Amino acid sequence: MIPACTGRAMGYRQVVGTTTWTFPDLKDLLAKASPLRSGDALAGLAASCAQENVAAKLALAEVPLKTLLDQPLIPYETDEVTRLICDSHDAQAFGPIGGLTVGAFRDFLLSETTTPAVLARLAPAITPEMAAAVSKLMRNQDLILVASNCRVTTRFRNTIGLAGTLAVRLQPNHPTDDPAGITASVLDGLMYGCGDAVIGINPASDSLAATGELLRLLDGLIGRFEIPTQACVLAHVTTSLELIERGAPVDLVFQSVAGTQAANASFGVNLALLKEGREAALSLKRGTVGDNVMYFETGQGSALSAGAHHGVDQQTLEARAYAVARAFDPLLVNTVVGFIGPEYLYDGKQIIRAGLEDHFCGKLMGAPLGCDVCYTNHAQADQDDIDTLLTLLATAGVTFVMGVPGGDDVMLNYQSTSFHDALYIRELLGLGRAPEFEAWLEGMKITGGDGRLLPRTPTHRLLMGV
Amino acid sequence: MGEPPARDPWTQLTGLTAARIALGRAGPALPTREVLALALAHAQARDAVHAPFDADAVARGLEALGHATVQVASAAPDRATYLRRPDLGRRLSGAGRETLERSGARGSELVLVVADGLSSAAANAHAVPLVAALAPYVDRAGWSLGPVVIATQARVALGDEIGERLGAGMVALLVGERPGLSSPDSLGIYLTHAPHVGRTDAERNCISNIRPEGLSYEEAAFKLAWHIAEARRLGLTGVGLKDESDLVSLTLESRVPLPPA
Repeated sequence: MIPACTGRAMGYRQVVGTTTWTFPDLKDLLAKASPLRSGDALAGLAASCAQENVAAKLALAEVPLKTLLDQPLIPYETDEVTRLICDSHDAQAFGPIGGLTVGAFRDFLLSETTTPAVLARLAPAITPEMAAAVSKLMRNQDLILVASNCRVTTRFRNTIGLAGTLAVRLQPNHPTDDPAGITASVLDGLMYGCGDAVIGINPASDSLAATGELLRLLDGLIGRFEIPTQACVLAHVTTSLELIERGAPVDLVFQSVAGTQAANASFGVNLALLKEGREAALSLKRGTVGDNVMYFETGQGSALSAGAHHGVDQQTLEARAYAVARAFDPLLVNTVVGFIGPEYLYDGKQIIRAGLEDHFCGKLMGAPLGCDVCYTNHAQADQDDIDTLLTLLATAGVTFVMGVPGGDDVMLNYQSTSFHDALYIRELLGLGRAPEFEAWLEGMKITGGDGRLLPRTPTHRLLMGV
Repeated sequence: MGEPPARDPWTQLTGLTAARIALGRAGPALPTREVLALALAHAQARDAVHAPFDADAVARGLEALGHATVQVASAAPDRATYLRRPDLGRRLSGAGRETLERSGARGSELVLVVADGLSSAAANAHAVPLVAALAPYVDRAGWSLGPVVIATQARVALGDEIGERLGAGMVALLVGERPGLSSPDSLGIYLTHAPHVGRTDAERNCISNIRPEGLSYEEAAFKLAWHIAEARRLGLTGVGLKDESDLVSLTLESRVPLPPA
């Protein structure tokens, strides 16, 4: 077989035996090279058969990285995410890999001499299209091994992302935002040693009054027990801006983001608004050890869902969302991988693959990627799939995962990882927490010197104090 | 003999939330009883998605209430396709279009659609009692009601095509909601004024979480009637119609003076 990759005008051709596969342009080639998932099939972008998928991978392996930089998938003139990607590209850092093809880039990433320090220097040179392209040639073990060498460390009231640690977002959602119900779930999570990434509530109501009340509740708990962590109510950035204006205690500004200008517009945001949100949060100076003040959530399929995918496959668009995120020095970026439903990721196999791809692409690009390892009840997935993806991501060095009481989110109606799952993965892999939070847990006699939970008593300070 | 699972001494907090707190632990893991409780809840939610929709039983129940019924299917031929292709679940099958054509029903002020959605269990259990609870409001207001359309493998937007083909002033689609572990059989209602293909979700109003443990049939019927009356008054549904039905107290007396129909 003769890989015969040609330029832009003629598209791409790949001869396999007696069959010649043609791909009219780069975005078609990337889509056809993607491991099969229902969202690309729904969009009419997926490879027609298993052989076309591999033929596309063979052709993609021959594409120079430079081509991915020079030929934007979505026009520079009409998409501000494309402009962000092009304008912020670090040409100097790109030097060492500037002559590589996508296939050679995979080999380079897996080399023993490509150390964490090398990868960290490369991050600003890696565009989302490069990360997505190389991920399509990688098996799960490649995605895990390379990601495990990418270190991204962020700080607000503690230090997240250090080697040998895994943080947990404590997610105490309640169907009616009831303060007592939320407090009960927060206490449960803290007593299980969770909450170093953030204590983050998805509010049932996006109203200013309700959001402000939840912020004051969490601020009160963190202040009273001097917990070295941060709070977030996951409301729209404009809600957070208004609350900051009114003097509410906003630690982190949250926003869902996607990989195209049009998809972000469907979320009611643009880059200027995100900048405004970040500057407002910075002005409060609430961080004690650092000033990473943004929390972003993403997920494959969000652009297609908004009719804003421009014929680009969902995994490449997801990587573009990380280009949006990294531009704002976030504390946390969370791919909510199984939440969107089976029309985008059909079953456990597709969810697991997508979780590993997202984590790899985000880390390679220098974003502090965590993952909401989760599934909905209409997807072909169950707790075993959660266990598998959690275990794989933890070996890959995932920055943080969710902690939901019993794994059952009673507000959002889906299953995620639990406080117990966090204990499991720490026990299995010896992973610690953010060091400031770990010290606090020990001081509170919630954990012992080995990080394990101590026997609990009904008169524990945390239980008596609320 | 090993140690029994450690209990959490804050079980008094469990009354404050439906979240699964104070579960105790076996080492780092859930105790056996909790692992199995979660598995059972998931099994119920899974079965709610995949259980067959008993359209005939729903039709019998509605006919017993005195409603004419019409049964249609979306363009999604089976559950597996339905889950992968939301676009097909939003359009009628060819046979469904012919059935509506033959029904000869045209131009009523309100058409009710009972749709399986993501929880056929919810549609099977709650659609008929909800329609029964709505009847007094419809009678009192004198709204003309077309045949109740029973739709299989249906998404919310299927109501747009049904309403358009029947020339309905408004469509209220009763649909099984995405099931959660604590709510495998929750029904939702989507109300769309002047339905036609291409309406967006921003042009509908939603009443959610209808089940005995959530919003009762009586409360839901009251809310729906309130929304129908408001939609007729304003000539629209969606973001321009804010739910203020809770400003009207749910007493028998206050149910009589609904906004003018």
